[in-house]
Amino acid sequence: MSYLEYVRSFKLPHSWCPGCGIGTIMQAIVRAFDALGWKHEDIAFVTGIGCSGRMSTYINANTIHTTHGRPLAFATGIKLAKPDKHVVVVSGDGDALAIGGNHFIHAARRNIDIKLIIINNSVYGMTGGQVSPTTPQKFKTQTTPYGNIEPNFDVIKLAIGAGATFVARESVTRPRNLEKLIEKSFHHKGFSVVEAISNCHINLGRRNKLKDQITMLRWINDRIIPMNVAKKKSPEEIKDKIILGLFHEDKERKEYTELYEEEIINRARGKE
Amino acid sequence: MRKVMPGNETIAHAAIAAGCRFFAGYPITPSSELAAAMSYLLPKVGGKFIQMEDEIASMAAAIGASITGEKSMTATSGPGFSLKQEHIGLACMMEVPVVIVNVMRGGPSTGLPTHPAQGDIMQARWGTHGDHPIIAVAPSLPREIYLETIRAFNLAEQYRNPVILLLDEILGHTYEVVDIPEPGEYDIINRKLPPKGLNRLDFYTYQRDEGDPPLLPNFFMGYNFHFESLAHDEMGFPTTDPEKVDRITRLREAKIEKNKEKIWKNHLLMVEDADTVIIAIGSVARSAIAAVEMARKEGIKLGLFRPITVWPFPDEPLREAITEKQRVIVAEMNLGQLKGEVEKALRREVEGLNKVNGVPISPKEILEKVKEGK
Repeated sequence: MSYLEYVRSFKLPHSWCPGCGIGTIMQAIVRAFDALGWKHEDIAFVTGIGCSGRMSTYINANTIHTTHGRPLAFATGIKLAKPDKHVVVVSGDGDALAIGGNHFIHAARRNIDIKLIIINNSVYGMTGGQVSPTTPQKFKTQTTPYGNIEPNFDVIKLAIGAGATFVARESVTRPRNLEKLIEKSFHHKGFSVVEAISNCHINLGRRNKLKDQITMLRWINDRIIPMNVAKKKSPEEIKDKIILGLFHEDKERKEYTELYEEEIINRARGKE
Repeated sequence: MRKVMPGNETIAHAAIAAGCRFFAGYPITPSSELAAAMSYLLPKVGGKFIQMEDEIASMAAAIGASITGEKSMTATSGPGFSLKQEHIGLACMMEVPVVIVNVMRGGPSTGLPTHPAQGDIMQARWGTHGDHPIIAVAPSLPREIYLETIRAFNLAEQYRNPVILLLDEILGHTYEVVDIPEPGEYDIINRKLPPKGLNRLDFYTYQRDEGDPPLLPNFFMGYNFHFESLAHDEMGFPTTDPEKVDRITRLREAKIEKNKEKIWKNHLLMVEDADTVIIAIGSVARSAIAAVEMARKEGIKLGLFRPITVWPFPDEPLREAITEKQRVIVAEMNLGQLKGEVEKALRREVEGLNKVNGVPISPKEILEKVKEGK
């Protein structure tokens, strides 16, 4: 099988800007599907609103384009109703961490077997470039014309703190690593989070002297550092770096729908 | 079988009988007992209950389960009903069957959590943004709560639309003897599904005759269907083509509008010879039934028109049942939401008996209003 089986090629060309990292992420996802040999009819692919939200149009699976910030809530209903199916959610930084922040921490807390990929381009791209919970400080956006004063969410710490059992980060500047990491997260049984660092040169870069994709991808590349390299550096050296790799993996904790079956259904039916 | 239980519990038992196998909820007075009953009952039949992190999420999870083929439900009250509105609109847009119970309490805002009201009649119709079809049913009597719950699921499945089951705090909380109907005494309707083995690309799911619901597959049936919250074309993909957007919006509206005669359900009590007709729903209609009995004993010709289907509003049945000479009083626990619709239907001004203080309207109050004259 080819990874193109997981793409609705009849829906192309897509609606994303030239040079956007989202295409790289989408390819990493469909290559991971292909590597695992998942049947596309067994995959539920759920998105929210924004540029990331449009991915459900192009993925050849059972797809749903939901409301802003809530794809995890829809996905929870799908997974609990049909625990034997694969449920994948793609969400942006605004979608997953601002309007959808509550669903994010609670899906992590439950450890429900949903595979979440957060496309973190540090901005609300589709609406024209407004500040998001991951926009770097001092950056100018449409709604921070004097520069952003708000600190960022650390997605990794937030996910681990909330109880996610697979937490990792990669960058679109390392597409093969991203693909392998997403594949690994799809293997995991439980709530997994992959933060994919991406570029929005159109609506974030152009306001911050990073107006084309090459310049912005170089800027990302200068900031990232793989975990194994970072371990050899002093805290001072990696202070402003974005560390990439697998931060947390817990294979022991029970997954939510399995617990539901074992504890609740069995007890309700009197077979403890 | 007879059982003593409050309306909230009656709904839970009826939902299971209707085939409901998924419930997502969030605690809110005065509907919480319904979620509690579902959390106990659903796992016994292999169903799933989940208390979500908020009202918005519980509406979303219920829709998510429904697109996989499970009959699903959520329950709430005023503030929670407001929060669910965006996703009620999504279910209208995607044409997903789902039942939403709203046990009405005093509003706006936090209002009167433990007291009854009927202030959400308009929100049930127009709570979500944009033009959309909706069905809302409002039972009054214990056995009727059971049967209307089943009908709510049937209507949702048949027309692929959200259906709102409107109760108020009195009906939700009052313990009454429920004469539970046997399974043979009601119909169970399941959504129509496309046959298996069709070619996905030949499968123009949204193409249909005016008045028909779309023939949509469930998730995991092998069709890789796309459910879309944006305006979409006949295959379910986003479009801004004015012709297609217009067509799909009108088709959604038509499936309820063209079938409203089948959806309408009214209870008429001594309307024909009445000098005065009361119009009321929910618990107020219970007082009105008592008021009619009291009035008739005194020789006052009082009747009751009780819409059980509130939306689509029974305008034609009202016009057929009520003559121009009859005095009409709309009794409701709000400031005239039902009255406005009645006036639109009858094309004349009618009288209102309105209470918004959290205290039920008694039979005596209705009778006094009748006696007081115009």
